[in-house]
Amino acid sequence: MKRKKNFNLIIGTVLTGLMLLLIVTGLFFLPYDPETMDIELKFAGMSPAHPFGCDNYGRDVFTRVMVGARTTLLVALGTVGIGAGAGILIGAFTGYFGGWVDEVVMRIIDALFAFPSILLALVVISLLGNGKLGVISLLLGSGKYQVILALGIAFIPSFARVVRSEYLKQREMDYVKNARIMGCGHLRIMFVHILPNIMPVLIPTVMIGFNNAVLSEAGMSYLGIGVQPPDASLGRMLSEAQTYLFSQPSYALFPGLTIVLLVLGFSLLADGLEER
Amino acid sequence: MKKKHLKALLMIVLSLALTLTACSGKRQGESTESQITIGIPQDVEDSLDPHKAVAAGTEEVFFNMFEGLVKPDSDGNLNPAVASDYKVSEDEKIYTFTLREGVKFHDGSLVTVEDVKYSIERCADTSEGGPLVAAFSNIVSVNATDDKTIEIVLAEPDADFLASMDTAIIPASNTTPESVAIGTGPYKFVSHAPQESFVMEKFDEYWGEAAHIDKVTLKVCANTDSIVMNLNGGSIDMFSRLTATQVSQLNNNFEVLEGTMNLVQALYLNNGVEPFNNEKVRQALCYAIDKQYILDMTSDGHGTPVGTSMFPAFGKYYMPELADYYTKDVEKAKALLKEAGYPEGFSFTIKVPSNYTPHIETTQVIAEELKAINVDAKIELIEWETWLSDVYSGRKFEGTVIGLDASSLTASSMLLRFNSDSSKNFINYSNPEYDAAYARAVGTTNQEERTAAFKECQQILTETAANVYIQDMAEFVAINKKYAGYEFYPLYVQDYSKLYIVGEE
Repeated sequence: MKRKKNFNLIIGTVLTGLMLLLIVTGLFFLPYDPETMDIELKFAGMSPAHPFGCDNYGRDVFTRVMVGARTTLLVALGTVGIGAGAGILIGAFTGYFGGWVDEVVMRIIDALFAFPSILLALVVISLLGNGKLGVISLLLGSGKYQVILALGIAFIPSFARVVRSEYLKQREMDYVKNARIMGCGHLRIMFVHILPNIMPVLIPTVMIGFNNAVLSEAGMSYLGIGVQPPDASLGRMLSEAQTYLFSQPSYALFPGLTIVLLVLGFSLLADGLEER
Repeated sequence: MKKKHLKALLMIVLSLALTLTACSGKRQGESTESQITIGIPQDVEDSLDPHKAVAAGTEEVFFNMFEGLVKPDSDGNLNPAVASDYKVSEDEKIYTFTLREGVKFHDGSLVTVEDVKYSIERCADTSEGGPLVAAFSNIVSVNATDDKTIEIVLAEPDADFLASMDTAIIPASNTTPESVAIGTGPYKFVSHAPQESFVMEKFDEYWGEAAHIDKVTLKVCANTDSIVMNLNGGSIDMFSRLTATQVSQLNNNFEVLEGTMNLVQALYLNNGVEPFNNEKVRQALCYAIDKQYILDMTSDGHGTPVGTSMFPAFGKYYMPELADYYTKDVEKAKALLKEAGYPEGFSFTIKVPSNYTPHIETTQVIAEELKAINVDAKIELIEWETWLSDVYSGRKFEGTVIGLDASSLTASSMLLRFNSDSSKNFINYSNPEYDAAYARAVGTTNQEERTAAFKECQQILTETAANVYIQDMAEFVAINKKYAGYEFYPLYVQDYSKLYIVGEE
């Protein structure tokens, strides 16, 4: 029997692998210092020494893309971590137990869901920025990674809803009833029995959430409220490159292309996993 | 069946024709009124009260709506405006102004001596802390001697007093100046949509040379990155204070004029907090920075390096030699840091308003240069409103990059703020020597002594490295070739009344 080839999975894996390779390499080796300015290289074009050219401060764009992709990936991972972590907890408890707690929590989640995630993140950022949540800012360092927390909170509702609906379905299944008869505790049933069974739904959700997080980070930094200069992130680079869109198109092209490949890779990977 | 179709077709054609005529009719109506859309980097303040405006961006707009007894022109001269003539007594203590006849407010009423008296006394009022106009603390009394003469008596002689008489004259009958803008300028207020637009209309009964363009719409372009696109796309016709890189991307529809911004861009340091309360640390920062390098990096070398709180337009007060007082010397900077007790360097945060691209760019270069002396400067972009409340009013900052301008062409408008007890002293600079020199400058009527004392003030600011002074930025104004008449002022103002449409005037 010949199995149909899963192209999505193959291309997705290759793209994601490439991106991860770029990012991991950047941890150990960078062609240039990402922040050192050089007036001689201001707007230098593409060359073997600088494959992506240089930006308005003479910084190597390739180096900054490597660092920027790392920042963006880190922010996206953190965002999904917070969002999925809290989302699974909330979804599991409300879906499994139901009752009035479920009603109340889900209405709150619905209300949060009504806001666009960027707007919600903006609110969190402005709260953190004013130092009203001093402890959290302190934990996250000087505001550099505030954006992770902000986006993470904004992402909780979408995860919570998916997880809850799955738990609602699963709790009526025979294996759950069996487990209960055999005397398993609620927590054990929730996380040892049910959780592995909702993975086929959860994984694509996480993947899509991850993509949204990459795009949201880019969007936030583009608006100037995410990663602060001179740190590189793909969104921040795009925002800075916008001014030079016509005189130095390569400056905007490469960070943009990197975002596209990163998102595309993960999308295909998610699709491929689902197909399997 | 066929007839029905025909009927329907006829209906469609008719209704289309109707809509089209309606459109063209409207378009014709619009074209009779000349108008220009100008981009501004930040919103005008909510309050329309000219006496309480603090932001330079607001003052430059109000210049078109409000006038004082005298008004500066593009050469820096003060010309009579609401007053037609003035006399100064020999001891420079009594200023006598004669009102110009027939000057009208935007509401149609004539300007009376009561209005003038009201406006000046309002700004001299000290019941809520200091007077609104600092120079007015010197006023003893404002007397209307007859119905067109007003006499202002000063406690101490002040040769620069006339420059502060450009303070807006507003009607005494206007009880809500913060929401109703009534002045005597060539343009009158129409509407203000916060964060969006500010609309002004030509004032037909203006006493002087009337404005050429009927309607001026100021559009807030808070996102600096999109300015070039807005210009090229045609949604704004003019933008002042562009950077060299932005200019290089404009299409052929624009005339680009180069001037200076008439402000002092610097890394302003909070002298009241660690480690900047130590003079040596501040000097070290000065030695670590190469002004010309910043200019080359951010504006292709355009701009004038300055070394103190004064810019070249000030002429006799300006000291060009101070710009070279600190030349880049990393070793010396490191040695100074060591003496100050920071051999390993330190880290601090520079807050920059996120709507000013030039300041952000300068900050990035500064941060990079400071790395050479192990000083880690973190950059924090904040909103303009937050900058005003936290940095300027609240003085909660370590360093900030901003440009400070002069509200009038007097040395004191630049130097007053460094007096230790000045309410505008947001950098918390405190130096008795400086206070003494400043007091000497304002206390004398002898022009030479005065100039010398003001120069001493500047010298002290430079020697004690009050701030890391950088430049008077090059100003590029892009204006659509459909319009002309833009004039540069030695002050931070924009005169929209001189603009006209090419081919019409």
